[in-house]
Order: sequence, then C-alpha cells, then structure tokens
Amino acid sequence: MVVFWGMALLLFPLSELTYVKPVQGFSNQVIQQGATGEDVIELQSRLQYLGFYNGNIDGVFGWGTYWAVRNFQYEFGLEIDGLVGEEVKNKLNKASNYDEGYVKEQIRKGNDFTHYGGTPKSQQTKEKPDQKQQPKQQEQNQQQQNQQEQPQQQEPSAVNVPSGYSQNDIQLMANAVYGEARGEPYVGQVAVAAVILNRIQSASFPNTASGVIFEPRAFTAVADGQIWLEPNDQAKEAVMDAINGWDPSGQATYYFNPQTATSDWIWSRPQIKQIGKHIFCK
Amino acid sequence: MLRWTAIIILSITTIGAGVWGYKENQDKNAVLIQAENSYQRAFHDLTYNIDLLHDKIGSSLAMNSRDSLSPQLAEIWKISSEANSDVGQLPLTLLPFNKTEEFLYDIGEFAYRTAVRDLEKKPLSDEEVKFLEELHTKSGEIEGELRKVQNVVLSDNLRWMDVELALATNDEVGDNTIVNGFKTVEKSMEGFEDSVTQTGFSASGPEKSYRNLQGEKITEKQAKKIASKFLEKVSPDKLTLTKSGKGADVPTYTGSFENGDRNGYIDLTEKGGHPLTVMISRKVGDAKISLFEASEKAKEYVKGLDIENLELVESNQYDKMGVFRFLYTENDVRFYPDSVVVKVALDNGEVLGLSTRDYFNFHSDRELNEPGISLEEARKKVNPNVEIQDHHMSVIENDVNEQVLCYEFLTTMENTTYRIFINASNGHEEKVETLKKAEMKFNQDI
Repeated sequence: MVVFWGMALLLFPLSELTYVKPVQGFSNQVIQQGATGEDVIELQSRLQYLGFYNGNIDGVFGWGTYWAVRNFQYEFGLEIDGLVGEEVKNKLNKASNYDEGYVKEQIRKGNDFTHYGGTPKSQQTKEKPDQKQQPKQQEQNQQQQNQQEQPQQQEPSAVNVPSGYSQNDIQLMANAVYGEARGEPYVGQVAVAAVILNRIQSASFPNTASGVIFEPRAFTAVADGQIWLEPNDQAKEAVMDAINGWDPSGQATYYFNPQTATSDWIWSRPQIKQIGKHIFCK
Repeated sequence: MLRWTAIIILSITTIGAGVWGYKENQDKNAVLIQAENSYQRAFHDLTYNIDLLHDKIGSSLAMNSRDSLSPQLAEIWKISSEANSDVGQLPLTLLPFNKTEEFLYDIGEFAYRTAVRDLEKKPLSDEEVKFLEELHTKSGEIEGELRKVQNVVLSDNLRWMDVELALATNDEVGDNTIVNGFKTVEKSMEGFEDSVTQTGFSASGPEKSYRNLQGEKITEKQAKKIASKFLEKVSPDKLTLTKSGKGADVPTYTGSFENGDRNGYIDLTEKGGHPLTVMISRKVGDAKISLFEASEKAKEYVKGLDIENLELVESNQYDKMGVFRFLYTENDVRFYPDSVVVKVALDNGEVLGLSTRDYFNFHSDRELNEPGISLEEARKKVNPNVEIQDHHMSVIENDVNEQVLCYEFLTTMENTTYRIFINASNGHEEKVETLKKAEMKFNQDI
C-alpha cells in the first residue's frame, strides 16, 4: 500500500497538490454521474460501508449511486448536487473504511458481494455458482500476495449502455455495419448504423434491430455472410454514435452502392447525399 | 500390373467423387428446401392474418356494445403487428411494397389508440367509423389479391426462392406471378394514402419538421466559412462541399475534410447555416480526464452555438468517450424533444461531435399553457409505492405524438429509478420510464 501511494504522489504534479490537499484513496478528479472507473468503485464501496448504497459495486456511477451520494450529502450537511468533489471525499474518508484488496479481489473473481461496515467480510461474499473449478489453494494465496504488493488497475465490472439497447444489440449492429461498410470513412459507417435505426422507427420496416438486419434481401452483407466477420472497435463506436443521436445520413432509410446496385427501383428513390461509396436515399 | 493399379485407383476416385458430389448436392438441396419453407410459412401466415384482420374489422363495425369493442380493437392491433412481422420475413425489400406495410402499421396505430381509450366516455366518432369502414374495404382488397396469389402458388408449386432470384437478377421480374400479385396489392393501396392524410389518423403522415429554422439562405462561400469554424478552422480550400439532393427533409450543405488520420464532417442547413451534425474522427487514447472535466468542456462548447438556454441533463462515459445530452429549457421547463448531444474525447477533452438534429427538428416557439394542477396535486397522482427523490417541469412527446407539459418526478423503488411524467393540465399519467442501470460485462476475463 505504502509503495503505491508513494508512486501516486510522484505521478501527480506538485502544483496540483499545493492547493488541493491530497485525499487518501480517491484521485483528485471530481466524480459525477455517468462516470466509470476505479474512483467509482471506491465511492460505491465507501457509500455501502456507511449503508447509503445498496446496489452492486460495479464501478459505474448510475442512478443508484447518484441517490446514495445525495443522501450522504444531505445527512452530512453538504450541498446536495450529486457531485463528488473534495469536500465529499474528505467526509467519506473520515467516516468509512475501504478494504481495497477485498473489493478488487471480489470483482476480479466475479463474486456476488457487498461491503457493509460492521459485518464480517466472510458473510458478505458468495462465490459465483457457475464458475469453473476453483483455482488451487496455492495459486489463490499467491494471487493475494501479488495483489497486496501492488494493487493493479481494476476495470469496472459493468458498462454504461444507451437506454433501450444492450451490449449484445450493439454488437449485432456493429457486425452489420462492419460487414456492410468496413471500407468506408467513419462518417459513412455512422450513416449506415443510422439507417438501421431509422428503419426500426419507420412504419414500413420491422420494429427491432434484428428484424431490420435479417430482413431477407435487405443487406448484402447479411445475404453473403460477411456480417459474421469480427467487427473492429470503430464499427462499434459508429453504432454508439448513431444510437446517441448522430445521423449523417439525413434520416435516410435506404442506401446503395451505385457501382453494384442491380435494381432500377432503388435509383428511383429520392436521393439525399453520397458519403463515401454509398448513396443515401428516402 | 501397373495398368490395373491405375484402373483401380482411377475408378475408386471416380466413384468417391461421385458419392461426395451426390452428398454435397443433397445437403445443398436440404438447405434450399429449408429456406424455401420458412418463406412459405411467412407467406401463408401473412394471408391467414390478413384474412383474419378483414373479418375482425368487419365484426367490430357490427358491434354495438363498448365492452366487446375494446378487446376486439386490441386484437386487431395484435394481428396487424403479426402481419407486419410476416412481411418482414419475405424477400420483398427491393419490391415496392411499403404502402401496404404502412397500411398495416396504420391499422395497428388506429386500433391501439381506440382500444386504450375509454369508449364509454369518448365513443367512436362518425369520422372514425368511416375510417374503420375504409380499412375494412382495403383489407378486403388485399385479402382477395393475396388469396389469389396463394392459390396459384399452391396449384403451380411456385417457389419463393425463384422470386428472390428474379429480384436479385432483375431481368424477369415482369413474369413472376408472385411478384405481380404483390405489385397489384401495392397498387390497390394508392388511394388509401390520401384518405389517411385527410382524416389525420396516420402516424406516418407528413411531418412538420424543421419548420422553425431561423435565418436567410446562405451561399456556398458562407457555408465553407461556417464549416471551417466548426471543423477546427481547417482552411476553406481543403473542404469538400456538396449540396443535399431532393430526398432531404431539409436542404443542407455537407462539408468534409481529410487530413491523414483526422477526418471531419459537417452538415449545415441551407437556411440559416445552422450546424446539424459535426463529427471529427481520430484515434482516441486512454481516458485521462474525468467525465466532470469533459462536461465543463461540453458546456463551454454549446455556449458557442446560436442556441440559447441549454441545460446539461445526462452524462455518460462510454470507455474513452463522454457523451453529454443538453435540453432546451425555458423558465425552468425542460423540453425533452429539443435535445443537443455533444461528444468529448476523454484523452484530452477535445469535442469530437455535435448533433443538433433533434433540436432543430422539434423546436418551435410554442405557447405553454399554465399548469392546471399544482405540484402537490400531481404528487398525489404518483404511485404511493415509489419514493419521490426529485422533480422538474418538462415538456415531452406522449404516445400520440402530442407535446404536453408535465410534472416530472424522479422516483425510486428498491434499487431501480423510474421517471414519471404527470400531465400538468389534467393529472393524467403520461409516461413512466425505467431508467436503465449499467449492464454487467458478459465477456469479462476472470
């Protein structure tokens, strides 16, 4: 532990430390709703220690954490804004204990666990039932030792997803976008993703992402199996952008490649614009 | 000896190749038959459902008691949605069939709206009855046509795989019986569209979008100047500028530049030169700044827009990106349809995207009615099992696409947060949303 804090002090420029008293634990960033990461894990653990937070400690600052912070601010006579700044962190540090090693180990193992103060840790953890054979005792011991020597960066065990979509829906759409438009500029990929979403909204198409994607003859990449190529991160980002509201296609419901289009009908649709090789139309 | 060995080896390979080829062919046929069967199933389901739909609409016209009418309308809603999903499974995408699909959708919308309405208090109007009659006639026409096609399909053993092939190669579309049948159905729908828009029951009617764009038409030169301002001041000669085609909802200029790993893209309205979409793409490194710091950058950025009174209401961190949603506010009333989204890279806090499409699409100078009920009265309309944590005034679009002024309550029950909208003029519970919790990572390495 001591080694780590020493390192942390070295990493932060002194200028920042002169006016901001370093808080033990948290980094000196203000944490707000929607954030993810290690600070959030600590925040949730400390709030749970005090009984303000009853959700999962997953490293994502969602609504549950937001209400917990506000209740904490109310109880401790602070300004109620749901933002975790210097003052909140100080109060939290004074009032609670954070067993970093325990929490991170539980997250790494994927256990179902809590971090309430005043209850023995052994009663607060339940091993994941469907886990494969436990690693040998020896290995476990070693892992614990390693961990005590140098706590690693712990990724959150959950992610933010746009409302109405799960990671798997996003993955499926990313597959379609990658299969259809992997050679296109990024904007062209966002536009293709936007067309899928516009079709879901449209009266003349199915109402789900899978319904639109797998509609027979709708996408060539589905027909020839290119949809099952492994999509890259860019395709996923394009889908996220489209879901979050970007639509460079201009609310198009069709697009085609003028070099390979075989149908006369598609040429008769009112065109909006061309991005890369694709012409987008209504 | 050598000759015999050669003969034996050759004949074994020939027989082997024959057996292998036969098996391959069998496998291929099995797959083809399976694909054909699923098309056939969707097609026969569709004709059956349309048949049923026609009957049900007919009997709803004959009904007199309100008690039986509501369930009947709910059933029509369900059947129309099933018929729509059947259409989605047929290879008709490149065939003009969207009017029929919209027809099915309109039936569903109409049936839903009337089914959920209290018909005791607000019985069907004469207009609505007339509309229902029209739906009855039209669905009858579709039914007759589809039944005819179905008969030919069954008696002549027509295959949908041939339709697919015909559509793909595009040469003999004219001769395909199935395709012709569906084209006739689509033709019969032509008159319907007009009557829908006249009666105003359609959900897919003409949209009144972008009606409040301010400003004069801009020239190409001005467009380039504005584009360069939003795309990190790239010199106007490096920008490619194009104008939108006739299919666009609102005429726009599109500017883009490419500079090694950095690409920029912008859509500007021709009228007023407002930016609708701004995107800059580049490689983004690991997150270094906090979401809070990024939100300050986003707030600073929207101040540079010509849109007043934007309030940050939602922030989300997606890995290396922060996405911030702003809403237009007026006298502390939030306008949910008028949203602006900003994307900030968390490696250095640079703004990488802006979308104001929703704002310009929905924003209008509307007159707000004074709330008819007080906050306390609205509070009483909220389910007593939830705990109210916070409240606002807001304008939302309800499920019949009307903008309504509401009291918005953020409430919790157990560990879940719900957003409840209570209509401020009549206390009606307009909408209840479950605010999504973060999702577990499924593919986490343990």
